[in-house]
Amino acid sequence: MTLPLFFFYVFSAIAVASAVMVVAARNPVHAVLFLILVFFNAAGLFMLAGAEFLSLILIVVYVGAVAVLFLFVVMMLDVDFASLRSGMLQYAPIGVVVGLVLLIELLLVAGSFVVSPEVASASVLPINNGVDNTKALGLVLYTRYVFLFQGAGAVLLVAMIGAIVLTLRHRPNVKRQDPVKQVARRASETMEVVKVKSGQGL
Amino acid sequence: MNSDVTDFASLAPAYPEMLLAVGAIVLLLVGVAINKERSLLVSYGAVLLLLIVAAIVLFAPAEGVLFNGVFIADSFARFMKVIVLAGAAFSLMLALPHAEENGTHKFEYSILALLATLGMMAMVSANDLMSLYIGLELQSLAAYVLAAIKRDDPRATEAGLKYFVLGALSSGMLLYGASLIYGFTGHTNLQEIVIAIAAEGRSIGLIFGVVFLLAGVAFKISAVPFHMWTPDVYEGASTPVTAFFATAPKVAAMALMVRLVMDTFQGITHDWQQIVIFLSIASMVLAAFAAIGQKSIKRLIAYSSIGHVGFALVGLASGTQVGVEGVAIYMAIYVAMNIGLFACILSLRSDAGYVETIQDFAGAAQTRPFVAAIMAIIMFSLIGMPPLAGFFAKWHAFLAAIDAQLYLLAVIGVLASAVSAFYYLRIVKVMYFDEPVHRFEAVPAELTIIMAVSGLFVVTYYFTVGGPLASFAHVAAGSLF
Repeated sequence: MTLPLFFFYVFSAIAVASAVMVVAARNPVHAVLFLILVFFNAAGLFMLAGAEFLSLILIVVYVGAVAVLFLFVVMMLDVDFASLRSGMLQYAPIGVVVGLVLLIELLLVAGSFVVSPEVASASVLPINNGVDNTKALGLVLYTRYVFLFQGAGAVLLVAMIGAIVLTLRHRPNVKRQDPVKQVARRASETMEVVKVKSGQGL
Repeated sequence: MNSDVTDFASLAPAYPEMLLAVGAIVLLLVGVAINKERSLLVSYGAVLLLLIVAAIVLFAPAEGVLFNGVFIADSFARFMKVIVLAGAAFSLMLALPHAEENGTHKFEYSILALLATLGMMAMVSANDLMSLYIGLELQSLAAYVLAAIKRDDPRATEAGLKYFVLGALSSGMLLYGASLIYGFTGHTNLQEIVIAIAAEGRSIGLIFGVVFLLAGVAFKISAVPFHMWTPDVYEGASTPVTAFFATAPKVAAMALMVRLVMDTFQGITHDWQQIVIFLSIASMVLAAFAAIGQKSIKRLIAYSSIGHVGFALVGLASGTQVGVEGVAIYMAIYVAMNIGLFACILSLRSDAGYVETIQDFAGAAQTRPFVAAIMAIIMFSLIGMPPLAGFFAKWHAFLAAIDAQLYLLAVIGVLASAVSAFYYLRIVKVMYFDEPVHRFEAVPAELTIIMAVSGLFVVTYYFTVGGPLASFAHVAAGSLF
């Protein structure tokens, strides 16, 4: 048994097991933590497949942002997860059907590569085995697709400005951190060294 | 890897967009640095920036295809960009007086409008399904925020939310159409799609894609049956924002529609022609009858703009160069009339606030004769009375339809135009023959200037701007054929 194959089975076994636990865990916080474990193992699988960029992005975006957001929602909102889960077995058949449909779709997509292997090379940017995919992305992002990349950046800028302009309110009488004031503080202003004689106290 | 951007000079066709993007970011930084609720520097800076960019587009033209075919700058794009930029600049000027009350006093208002305009320029210059979507989304996302910018007003928030949800739906349809077109032609580049259609002919999948794509764009120009959002959003958003929505984005989306059907899908003219004719007839007829019952002036303008999109589509339905010329001229005149109309509405402000219903205009001719006169002129022009500008707009559009032997379409257009005269003339009647109800406040100087310019444009159109505009439109339309 080769080493990549060994790791493939390790990652996929843990991924499937923790995916089951995401649904089965009683405590919603545990469920989110299991979800993070699924993401990590999926990232490991991507790494094995040679998609190192996707793998790291999965960790940064899904673990770093999305999962933490889930955790926030679970901990801050008062949602009764026990009642949400009550009808789970009832809906299981529908879940199985959706899973089957996904499986068939996956087989169809994978099948197209088996039936006509030349499909992959007919795309606009054919896969070049000599260049790893982070570098391949870097080569086109700021050259061939610079307009679209910058345009997408502008869309994100609008989203950011929009979120701030619609939600930020400057309330008076709110205590805020003032970094300048904090940095300018000196030890001499705040601390005093007092000699205390033993047995006397202050 | 194979990029056509070799040095800075090779970017010349995209200079206006680059300047607008950099300018918007600089003004954003200025606004944040000044750190005040209202910053006149940013407001005036944004108007000035738009006018400078318009001047560059107009007087320093550079044409070509850039960024590996996703961006095109041709005469048609230039013509439409000038209208978009002028419309955006004037509607930002409309937001200057009484900004506090309209919720447009935040400096982010100008920044978002600038970025929306950047998106519109990208739409006008789109030469690829991807850049088309990026431009459309940049414009729409900024517009959703603008609709809700008066965030403490429940109506504005409702308008923003409604616009967002329906806009997301239309983006979904557009993307689905784009994916089908990509799937059945194998290209996202519009020029490559033309070649693919010519080589392989029409397939049923492609037709489906075109229908979905056009439905997405029709939502943006608010053509019936994708118009439902327009009256609600126009009514809910504050009036200067409505003025912005009714002018620049409509022109950009119409330019996109023209480029798609005339250029990209020229090989399947008979298929898209049916769609455009349907959109056109439905828009004209529904708008003419639905506007009659409206009491709110902004809802009335919303239906009026739906109707005008229908009239412009009459020109497009012909599928000829004369038709494109007609659409180009129509959009230019439409923007000029709407800017003047909104300037009139914003300058009629009593102690009870801005005019909201049509009855609020009662007796404006006695208290504010200048505003009432301009308003009446624009109303006659919107109906299409000769010798005002609106007549020539419709003249060009209907002429193209008759040239293409679409007699029924032209007849329905003229009849709808006659019906629409009722609700336009009702406003004139209320202004001139009813007793005054409100005491209107003094008119801000900016609005007086805009009203005078718009009135002059509408009245003297035939003798002054009409000739140069028509020849510019002729060149613009020629670049698509």
